[in-house]
Amino acid sequence: MLRGDARGRVPDWGGGHSGRSGRRRRRPCCRGDAGLSICRGFQTEKDSLRSLTVSTMIHSLFLINSSGDIFLEKHWKSVVSRSVCDYFFEAQERATEAENVPPVIPTPHHYLLSVYRHKIFFVAVIQTEVPPLFVIEFLHRVVDTFQDYFGVCSEPVIKDNVVVVYEVLEEMLDNGFPLATESNILKELIKPPTILRTVVNTITGSTNVGDQLPTGQLSVVPWRRTGVKYTNNEAYFDVIEEIDAIIDKSGSTITAEIQGVIDACVKLTGMPDLTLSFMNPRLLDDVSFHPCVRFKRWESERILSFIPPDGNFRLLSYHVSAQNLVAIPVYVKHNISFRDSSSLGRFEITVGPKQTMGKTIEGVTVTSQMPRGVLNMSLTPSQGTHTFDPVTKMLSWDVGKINPQKLPSLKGTMSLQAGASKPDENPTINLQFKIQQLAISGLKVNRLDMYGEKYKPFKGIKYMTKAGKFQVRT
Amino acid sequence: MSSNSFAYNEQSGGGEATELGQEATSTISPSGAFGLFSSDMKKNEDLKQMLESNKDSAKLDAMKRIVGMIAKGKNASELFPAVVKNVASKNIEIKKLVYVYLVRYAEEQQDLALLSISTFQRALKDPNQLIRASALRVLSSIRVPIIVPIMMLAIKEASADLSPYVRKNAAHAIQKLYSLDPEQKEMLIEIIEKLLKDKSTLVAGSVVMAFEEVCPDRIDLIHKNYRKLCNLLVDVEEWGQVVIIHMLTRYARTQFVSPWRQVDSLPAEPQGKPKNTGMGSLSLLQRIFPIYMSSRNYVSFLGDVLEDNEKDFYDSDEEQKEKADKRKRPYAMDPDHRLLIRNTKPLLQSRNAAVVMAVAQLYWHIAPKSEAGIISKSLVRLLRSSREVQYIVLQNIATMSIQRKGMFEPYLKSFYVRSTDATMIKILKLEILTNLANEANISTLLREFQTYVKSQDKQFAAATIQTIGRCATSITEVSDTCLNGLVCLLSNRDEIVVAESVVVIKKLLQMQPMQHGEIIKHMAKLLDSITVPVARASILWLIGENCERVPKIAPDVLRKTAKSFTSEDDLVKLQILNLGAKLYLTNSKQTKLLTQYILNLGKYDQNYDIRDRTRFIRQLIVPNEKSGALSKYAKKIFLAQKPAPLLESPFKDRDHFQLGTLSHTLNTKATGYLELSNWPEVAPDPSVRNVEVIELAKEWTPAGKAKKENPDKKFYSESEEEEDSSESSSDSESESGSESGEDEEDDRSGDSAEDSGESGSEPEAGKGRAATRSRARGRGDSKDVDKEKENSKTSESSSGESSSIEESSSDSESESESESESESRKVTKEKEKKTKQERNPLTKDVSLLDLDDFNLVSTPVALPTPALSPSLIADLEGLNLSATSSVISVSTPVFVPGKTHVLLHRMSGKGLAAHYFFPRQPCIFGDKMVSVQITLNNTTDQKIENIHVGGKKLPMGMQMHVFNPIESLEPAGSITVSMGIDFCDSTQTASFQL
Repeated sequence: MLRGDARGRVPDWGGGHSGRSGRRRRRPCCRGDAGLSICRGFQTEKDSLRSLTVSTMIHSLFLINSSGDIFLEKHWKSVVSRSVCDYFFEAQERATEAENVPPVIPTPHHYLLSVYRHKIFFVAVIQTEVPPLFVIEFLHRVVDTFQDYFGVCSEPVIKDNVVVVYEVLEEMLDNGFPLATESNILKELIKPPTILRTVVNTITGSTNVGDQLPTGQLSVVPWRRTGVKYTNNEAYFDVIEEIDAIIDKSGSTITAEIQGVIDACVKLTGMPDLTLSFMNPRLLDDVSFHPCVRFKRWESERILSFIPPDGNFRLLSYHVSAQNLVAIPVYVKHNISFRDSSSLGRFEITVGPKQTMGKTIEGVTVTSQMPRGVLNMSLTPSQGTHTFDPVTKMLSWDVGKINPQKLPSLKGTMSLQAGASKPDENPTINLQFKIQQLAISGLKVNRLDMYGEKYKPFKGIKYMTKAGKFQVRT
Repeated sequence: MSSNSFAYNEQSGGGEATELGQEATSTISPSGAFGLFSSDMKKNEDLKQMLESNKDSAKLDAMKRIVGMIAKGKNASELFPAVVKNVASKNIEIKKLVYVYLVRYAEEQQDLALLSISTFQRALKDPNQLIRASALRVLSSIRVPIIVPIMMLAIKEASADLSPYVRKNAAHAIQKLYSLDPEQKEMLIEIIEKLLKDKSTLVAGSVVMAFEEVCPDRIDLIHKNYRKLCNLLVDVEEWGQVVIIHMLTRYARTQFVSPWRQVDSLPAEPQGKPKNTGMGSLSLLQRIFPIYMSSRNYVSFLGDVLEDNEKDFYDSDEEQKEKADKRKRPYAMDPDHRLLIRNTKPLLQSRNAAVVMAVAQLYWHIAPKSEAGIISKSLVRLLRSSREVQYIVLQNIATMSIQRKGMFEPYLKSFYVRSTDATMIKILKLEILTNLANEANISTLLREFQTYVKSQDKQFAAATIQTIGRCATSITEVSDTCLNGLVCLLSNRDEIVVAESVVVIKKLLQMQPMQHGEIIKHMAKLLDSITVPVARASILWLIGENCERVPKIAPDVLRKTAKSFTSEDDLVKLQILNLGAKLYLTNSKQTKLLTQYILNLGKYDQNYDIRDRTRFIRQLIVPNEKSGALSKYAKKIFLAQKPAPLLESPFKDRDHFQLGTLSHTLNTKATGYLELSNWPEVAPDPSVRNVEVIELAKEWTPAGKAKKENPDKKFYSESEEEEDSSESSSDSESESGSESGEDEEDDRSGDSAEDSGESGSEPEAGKGRAATRSRARGRGDSKDVDKEKENSKTSESSSGESSSIEESSSDSESESESESESESRKVTKEKEKKTKQERNPLTKDVSLLDLDDFNLVSTPVALPTPALSPSLIADLEGLNLSATSSVISVSTPVFVPGKTHVLLHRMSGKGLAAHYFFPRQPCIFGDKMVSVQITLNNTTDQKIENIHVGGKKLPMGMQMHVFNPIESLEPAGSITVSMGIDFCDSTQTASFQL
C-alpha cells in the first residue's frame, strides 16, 4: 500500500482519475471499466461495453522502470487507464526477482504481456485473444529498434528522445497491428537523432520525418533501403559460436551444445546480391535466417544467397548437430567445502585450458552465487581481480587471459554464519570466456561472392568462440 | 532541453519568467500536486502562444513538449483548439505530431476534432501515397461516431487505391471503423471481400487481420483466396504470416478431413454393410484395370452406370474408402491441405519466434502425425531466446510432450535446468522432463533430479520432489528407488524440502497399500520437528489411515497432538480430529478420553469448519440415543479404502486450446478466443477453392463431362483419382496454371514495386485482366501504351509481331497467353487438340516453376548493366526459364521481368521502330523517376538523323528526363537509350513526340 506514495507518483491527469487513488483501491470489481467510462464521460455504458468486445492486438504500451514508475505510455486506441498496471505491480511484488515476473498476467478486462530488458519492463496491454509470442516478439523488436536508434536503451535515453520514440512507435504499430518493423524502413521514415542533425534541424527547421514512402516497403526486398551509396564498400561477417554446457562435479560433460550466429555488417552501394558458402555446411543442423536469405537455395545447395539489408543485421543463427562431440576448451578444478563444526569454509578454484586448438582463452570471468549462509569471503587470486557482494552473495572473479604455464587460481576462506548449518549444496560456477579466431565447431566460410554490382567490395570474416550458458556444478 | 528553452525564449520574450516556469516543471515531480498544477497551467499558456506563432520552429517545439506530456500521461487536452489549427501545417513533422495529438484526444473533444476532418479529406486525394495513407490512418483513428460515413467512404476509396500501401492502411482502418460502429459490419465485409482478392503481399496480412476481427465466421470468403494466400505466405511480412497461419489453421480444420483418420476415428465409424450392386464390381474393376479407368470412353461408360446407381455408389464408396483406409492406401490428402503444409514448412526457419510457433501449431493441429516431428527441432531452437519466449514455448512443448512423447525425446538434454534460469522456466522444464521420462532414461533423469533437489531455489527444489513422485507413479520400475530417495530427503535440513517429501510420500504410500510401516514410523518421529502445516497434516492423515499397522505409535501421536491442538493450523486440526475419530473406532480403549478431549476443544474452535467437523464426528462415532443407524457404519465410513490420488501434469487438459494462443498460456478461455473446430467427417466440397479461371477451363473439358455431371462432386470429395483422371488432370493442370499465374503476378508486382510509379498500376492491370477477359488486355500493361501514342495505332496490328518476343521472353505472360489460347479454343474446335498440346508443355514448365517459386519470388531484381539491350535480356530470360525447368535448384542471380512494349512501329515511324521496357532498376536521373529504356531500330536503308524527344505533354507534377539527341542511326542499326520519368506514383500517361 505504501509503495504508491513512496514512489511519489505524479497524479495521472490523462486517465481522468489519479493513479494514486487507483492505486489505493486495491481490487475494485471492475477497475478497467471504471477508468474507461470516466475518461469518456459522455459515452453510454453500452459503448464502453462494446469497446471491450472489439479487439485490437496491442492496445497500449507502458514502460516501467525497476523502481516501479511508469515513465512512458502510448495508446494505439482509446486510452487505457494506467491503473491497469497495478496488477502488474502486484505480480512484481509477488515475484521476488524481476525475472520471475510472469510474462503474461491476466486482469479482469485486460491481459498484460511484458518483456524485461535493460532494467525496463515493456508492458503491452491487450484485450483479446492473440498469440502471446506475437506480442512478446514485437516488444523485443521495439527494444531492438530503440537500441538501434539511440545506441543504448535506457530510461534517461528514452526520456530524452521521447518525441522520436513516439514517432517510431506510431510507425511501428497501427491500430495495434505491426506496420513497419524493419529498421531499414523505419530509419527512412524517421531519421535517427544524431548530434549533427539536431544542430542542423534547429538552424534550418528541417525535420526528422521523411516525407516519402520508403521504396523498400513496396519492393520485394522490403528490408533494404534504396539508393545506398558508400565510398568504401565493405562487408564484414562475424561467425560467433557459443558453447552451452553443464559440467558435473567430476568434470564430465552432462550436456554441451554449440549455438552459432553470423552477424553481418554490410555497407555496400546499390543492390548487391551476395552468396556465402561454407566448406562444411553439413555441420549446421538447424538454422534460422534473416528474411533476406533465399530458403530454396539453402535447401538445394546449402548456399546462403541474399540481398543484404543495409548496415548491421543477423544473417543466420544455427545449431550444430548433436552428433558432433563438443570440444570443451576450459576446465575448472574446484575444492569448495563447508564444515559442520567450524564457521569457516575452504574455497579454491583453478581454471585451465583443455581443447583450445592452440588458441588463447581470453576474457575469462568466473561468477558464482554463494549460499545464503556465507557471510564473507577472504580470497587471493593469482591474477585478475575479484569481488564478493555480501548482500547478493555474488562472487565474481575477472580472470583475463589464461596462461597455460601459470594457471590462474583463486584461493581462500569463507566465513559462515555462526550456528547455521552448512549449506547442502555447493555453489554452481558460471564461466565466461572468449577465444578469438576460432569457431569451435570447425565451421568455415568458403567464399563470398557478389553479383549485381560492378565494384569490388572489401570482404572480411571473423571467427569467435564464446561461452554461452557454461556452468560447472561443484 | 537547452535548444528548447532557447527557441522558447526567443519566442515569448519574457525570458526570465519562462525560464523559471520551465525549471519549476522539471523539478516538479517531488513537490506536491498543487505546485505541479499551477505550473502546468502556466506552461500550457506558453505552449498556446507558441502554437499560435508564425514560426514553424516554435510550433514544432511546442508540439514536441506536448507529445512529451502525453507520453508521461499528463493531460494536455485543454490545448486542443490551439493544436488542431496546425493540422494543415506544411511542416511534415509538425503535422505528424499533431496527428499523434489528435488521435489521443479527439475522442474527448469531438466537436473540435471535426474541424480537422476536411484537411484529411483533402489529404486523401494527395498524389503522394504516404500522405494518403497517413491521412487515412489518422482519420480512421479519430474515434468520433459522427464521421463514420466519411470514414466509410474513405475506406472504400482507399481499398481501390493503386498503392498497395494505401490499401494496407485501408485494411487496418476497417478494424477501427468496426470497433467504432459495428453496425457497418455488412459494408465492411464487402470491402474485406474485395481486399482479400488483392494480390499484394503487403495487403494480405492486414486484410486477414481485419477478417479475423470483423467476420471470422465468414469462412466462405476465404475459399477463393485460399490457394493464393498459401502461395503468397512466404513473402508476406512476418506479422502477417502469424495471423494468416492461425486463420488457415482454423480454415483447414473445417475444410479437410482428418489426416489422422485411420488412427483416431476408425473404431468409431460403423462398419458399413457391403452393398453389392453394380458398384461392387466397379471397385473390383478399378483395382483390375487402373489403366482403362483413365480412358475417356470408359469414363463416359461409367457415367451412365453412375447415374443409375448414384445412391449405392455413395455408400459403397464410403465403405470402400474405409477398406482402403485399413489397407495400403491409407488416406488421400486434399492437395490444398498438402499445399498449406508444404508452404508453411520453410517458415520454421524464420527468425521470428511467433512465426515459428504459428507454424508449429499448424503442424500440430493439421499435419499428419508422422510429419509433425519436424517442428520439435525449431521449437527447441527457440529456447535459446529471451526468457519470455522460452516461457511461452516451454508451455507449448509441455502440452505437446504429454501427447506425443517421441517428438521431444531426442532433445531431452535441452531441457536440463541451469541454475541461472528463472524459477518459472525451471519449473516448466521440469514439467517437460517429467513428461518425457520413461524406463530408458529415468535413471539419468533421477540423477539430474538429485542435483535439482539440492538447489538453493527452494521453490524449484520442492517442484522437483513433486516430479520425483510423479515419476515414481508413472514408471513402476523405479517407484521403490524414488520412495527410498524421498525418505532420505526426510532427513534434509531444509524444512520445505522435507515437507514436500512428506506430502509426496503420503501420496505414494496411498497408491501402494503395501507394508510401509517403517516409513510411517519414521514420519511419525518427524512430527516433533516439522512445522509446515501441509506436511504435518499429511503425516497425521497417514498415521490415521494406517493406525492398525502402527498400533503403538498412533495413540502416542494423538496424545502429543492433543496437547498442541490449540496452536495448530486449521488444516492440521482437521487431521487431528480425523485421526482421533479413526483411533476411537479401532482402538477405543486407549484413545477414548483423548478423542473426547479433542472433540471438546474442537467444539469451541474459532473456525466454523472445525466446529462443524467436530459436531459431525461426535454424532457419528460416540454412541448415544439420538445417533441413528449411521453410527453402525462409522468404521466403514472412516476407514474405507480410499482411491489413490492421480499425480497428473497440470498441462494435461490444455490441449483443448489451440496451441500458441493466449488461452493456452492462461489455461482459460480468453476473450475473443476462436475454437478450433473438429475435423469434419466428410470434407466439404473442395471445388469452392477453385478460382474462376479453372471453372472456365472445366467447361472445355471434352466428352463425358456432361454425363458425369451428377456424381461429379462426389468424385472430387472422395478423391477417386483413377476414375476421373482426365478430369483431375485438367483440373490440376489449370489449377497449377492459375497458381503459378498468381506467383508470377506476384513476382511481377513485387519486382515492379522497385520503381514505385509502376507498382500501383501493375496489379491493377492484372485485376482488370481477370475481370474483363478481353483479348487485348493480354497485354495489360500496354493500356497506357495505347493511350500514349496517338501516332502509332499499330499496337493492335503489331501484336502478332511483338507477341513473338513476348512468348520467348516473358514467362509472366503465360497466364494471359493460355487464356487467349483457351478462348481461341472456344471459337475453333478443330484447334482443340493442338492447343491442348501446347498447353501441356506450358503446364509442365509452370508446375516446375511452382515448385521453385521461392527462388523466383525472392530472386534479385538487379540488372547486370543498365545499358543491356532488351534482346539480350530476353535471351537471358529465356536462359533463366530453361534453367529453371531443367534444373530446379538453380536460381540465377539475375532475373529481369522485363517486357518489351512497342512505342513506335516501324511502319508509322517511317522505318524507325522504337521499343521500350521498364528495366526495374533505380533510375539514375533521380530517385523518384522510373527508368525506361528505349531501343531504337532503323529498319530503313538510309541513315536516320537527329532523333530526339520533341514536344512533351506531361500532366501536372510529372517530370521527364529525356535522352540526349542521337545524331544518326545507321541502317539496320539499333541503339538503346534510357530515360527517366517521374510518374508521381500514379498511372498517368506520359506523351511525347520523337
